[in-house]
Amino acid sequence: MSVRMTKPWIDLTEENVARLPGQTGVFQIGDAAGEVVANGYAGGRSRFGLRSEIGERLAALEAGHRFRYEVTTQYLSRFSELENIASGRIKPA
Amino acid sequence: MDLSLTYEQKSLVETVRKFVRERIVPLEDELDPDASELPEADYARLVAETKQMGLFNLGAPPELGGPEIDTVTNSLLAIEMSQHRAGLYTPCYGVFGSASGLAQLFGATEEQKEKYLYPTLRGEKSGFFALTEPSGGSDPGRSVRTKAVQEGDTWVLNGSKVFISGADTADYGLVFARTGSLEDGRNGLTCFIVDADTPGFAVRRVIHTLRSGHYATELHFDDARVPAENVLGEVNKGFGVANELLTRQRVVYSAGCLGPAYKAHELAVTYAPQREVFKKTLAEHEGIQWMLVDNEMDLRTATLAVLHAADLADRKQPFRTEAAIAKILASEAAGRVVDRCIQIHGGYGVTKDLPLERWYRELRIRRIGEGTTETQRMVISRDILNDRHRPVLR
Repeated sequence: MSVRMTKPWIDLTEENVARLPGQTGVFQIGDAAGEVVANGYAGGRSRFGLRSEIGERLAALEAGHRFRYEVTTQYLSRFSELENIASGRIKPA
Repeated sequence: MDLSLTYEQKSLVETVRKFVRERIVPLEDELDPDASELPEADYARLVAETKQMGLFNLGAPPELGGPEIDTVTNSLLAIEMSQHRAGLYTPCYGVFGSASGLAQLFGATEEQKEKYLYPTLRGEKSGFFALTEPSGGSDPGRSVRTKAVQEGDTWVLNGSKVFISGADTADYGLVFARTGSLEDGRNGLTCFIVDADTPGFAVRRVIHTLRSGHYATELHFDDARVPAENVLGEVNKGFGVANELLTRQRVVYSAGCLGPAYKAHELAVTYAPQREVFKKTLAEHEGIQWMLVDNEMDLRTATLAVLHAADLADRKQPFRTEAAIAKILASEAAGRVVDRCIQIHGGYGVTKDLPLERWYRELRIRRIGEGTTETQRMVISRDILNDRHRPVLR
């Protein structure tokens, strides 16, 4: 598994969000240029896992954003890793 | 032989039990089921409470501001503090302080204490402990390959470490490196205090395990220069620093395994008379009764072993064998108890609605961490063979 998230970007639209799994996992929200603007996770209390968590971002953000995700039960440690890469505390080789 | 608790012990146990049930457990309803941290405001509020209770920095000696509590009492409190969802690895989310993880610093020079230990005890800094390497962790005398070479008044470190908790957020770490030859074994290891902003030091990744909230990391040292004054203890004697204290903490660590197991057993004992199946309650089925009996035997056996080791430590008797036995019994018994409790709860047992599934996952690690079951058995067998006539009761 790559330390950085390398999944392909998907347009943040209602149709794409509706197809998401209800599992736990982590996700990134990106702007139109592909810059990561936020990391997030769907944890054990998420009502419909990634679908509902990313769905909430869709409702809050203006059009033109994208997202990518990983299904994982280690959502908290993976989320911390992504956050720490963003802050520079973790420096992947 | 009197196994009853003193008035002071009863009072402390009651106080901590109440604290866990009234202060910690309600907060967990709002947290992710795998969370290992409280929101900052809650953490600060509860730390203020534990300070007021005089129980902050449990595990630190009184001369460093810790409460004057013996190992037996400390073990009893560890059983209580871990009786909540995150309790196994983050008992009470650390609001009783994190002194016990820093035992090696208790023997530091005054300058080192000023710079690292005291700020940590005050909660202003945090440290990590880095011993295990990709080549192994159970036999550090041979597995530590990270090398430190002296150049003038600095040491240059090269190598890597794995399974290190808290390194990505810490201010400094206690890092073991080889300063002698491989043949020197443990006598060729030195402990260094490494600042997290040292050039050449990097946290490369999180190591994802079945424990999601409290994770480990992988570290790299690439010509990381550490000043000579940051050697902790003596060169080539890093492993001897606070060895007795670490063995004592192993007893408390074993006690911590039992908290979730006691709580799981309590949940099962409450649930079994309520749930009906095949026209009678679970509690009326002999198969379930026997599971509860097995839980009771596991819990009592392990608790007695933990308290026996703790008592010997407090009476300044040799207790290495007993600490190892306590570690094996407590970590294995707790795993079995939680497993049976999941079985009693059926499908609900493996949901995140209950804490059982988290304890089940995390308890598996306790048979590996702080010395594997097999390493503990080696310790015991060495003691048996070296002192065959040592009585069990002294």
